[in-house]
Amino acid sequence: MTERTPSRGWRAALSSAADWIEKPIEALIRACGWSSIVLVAAIFCFVFWYAAPLLPHIDWFGTDGFFTSTHWHAKEREGATYGVLAMIVGNFAVALVAMVIAIPCGLAAAVYISEFAGPRSKEWFKVGIEILAAIPSIVWGFIAITMIGPLLIKYAGATMGTNLLNGGIVLGLMSIPLIVSLAEDSLRAVPDSFREAAMALGANRWEIVYRVLFPAARSGLLAACMLGVGRAIGETMAVLLATGNKNQIPTSLTDPITTLTATIASEMGDAEAGSPHSQSLFTIGLLLLVITCAINLTANLVIRGNKRASSN
Amino acid sequence: MQDGVSIDIRDYSLWYGKFQALLGVSAQIKRGIITSLIGPSGCGKTTLLRSFNRINERYGNVTTQGHITILGKNILDSDVSVAALRKRVGMVFQRPNPLPISIYENVVFGMKSHLPQAERPRAVLDQAVESALREVSLWDALKDGLDRRATELTLEQQQKLCIARLLPLKPDIILMDEPCSALDASGIERIEELITELKRTFTIVMVTHNMAQARRASDECIFMLMGEIIEHTPTLDMFMNPQNSKTAAYIEGRYG
Repeated sequence: MTERTPSRGWRAALSSAADWIEKPIEALIRACGWSSIVLVAAIFCFVFWYAAPLLPHIDWFGTDGFFTSTHWHAKEREGATYGVLAMIVGNFAVALVAMVIAIPCGLAAAVYISEFAGPRSKEWFKVGIEILAAIPSIVWGFIAITMIGPLLIKYAGATMGTNLLNGGIVLGLMSIPLIVSLAEDSLRAVPDSFREAAMALGANRWEIVYRVLFPAARSGLLAACMLGVGRAIGETMAVLLATGNKNQIPTSLTDPITTLTATIASEMGDAEAGSPHSQSLFTIGLLLLVITCAINLTANLVIRGNKRASSN
Repeated sequence: MQDGVSIDIRDYSLWYGKFQALLGVSAQIKRGIITSLIGPSGCGKTTLLRSFNRINERYGNVTTQGHITILGKNILDSDVSVAALRKRVGMVFQRPNPLPISIYENVVFGMKSHLPQAERPRAVLDQAVESALREVSLWDALKDGLDRRATELTLEQQQKLCIARLLPLKPDIILMDEPCSALDASGIERIEELITELKRTFTIVMVTHNMAQARRASDECIFMLMGEIIEHTPTLDMFMNPQNSKTAAYIEGRYG
């Protein structure tokens, strides 16, 4: 270090103070970044920890097996069985019905908002979608019981208002805002030059949508749909109220069903902490975590794979 | 309308909202030659070009007045089908913008929009793709990979493809908005060759910032300034002997 002039002295002091503050801030930001990964791992560990004592005793693929039977008698002290097949089927069935409703509606709404609505109405629609996304799921449950249920009894010939179809409708409505906002984002990200190119070739608005925008935004639209599925599979409260909570494999749309999530929600209150019953519910939780993580991971891979393909 | 005139512009004005971008311009653009629109940024040359296929109406706040007659019809009339107009008047953009679909689908995109399914069996489409790509000398390079995404091509190939996809529609006029500005020197040379080649079949109107290019590649030049046409003469006359002092000043590079 050479001799310092006075002005360089205070500057140097200031910059060393800045260095001193910089380091902890950087560490803090780094910690925040890592926390998301650490939390996910921690949640997995936590759920696994509470399920673990039961795992060696579970029959996975036998006649009363976890994946292969519908015999869910987890409360029994003697001869308890843990078959969740009906819940898995119910979970996927209700998600399927939901997506049959939500994907067409969600994509259509996204196309309308991004390509057809005027700038002012676009803002209103976006606010509306956000409010729709903010409705608590228990409120959707009320809607399912008090409004959709009676309609299904009247028009769909259901004996009970709460059933697979009801759950599917409610889940569909709940997934729409997520699908709309993600799909709209990816449509908006399509460069305007593509629209202009197609327009200059004489294509009309519909042709632009299905021959240019859909191929161009394919990855984003797919991801939107997959995250919608993830939402539908993980949703609990509305499903518990809407599906009738009956442990059976559905044979028609109007059969009451139950799901993995609804079972946990309805039985957790009665399950004694540390009992095999409680551990079996944590086992279901573990399965759910695996399913939803797999869906989200696939969605991410889809996005990434397509980004790579289109950036070449 | 005189014979040999492809685009007849009469007292044409255009407003973006309240801003008047074109102030009652008139010009006759001749058939079968290349006409360059030159002038400093903001002079209205791109706006004029984008009026010929009415693509500048897409922003919604555009109002126009006057006449633009193409093929004997005022294209500003409300009963004009813009789809049909754009079939006759193709456009090449500043930045190559092939659609994010296969090369093949890019070339047949226009045909699929304009022809009913029955009139475009696979054999017709295949034939159209081959002859369009041959025309822009891309066929030999691309014939074995027509399923590749068009956005994977080099910029020069992309721009050629953007020209090729106009050809199956058999347009009368091709509009070019600075078609070479995204390319390197050799790319510019080959696109200019191609444009000169095309003029035998089409009327070409080209916007360019590049004086040398206007001089090399075009037969007539229209010099515009502040939304008006200052001068419209054969290219050589404009560069050798400009009539208007503003034209002279621009060509000599005193402003731009």
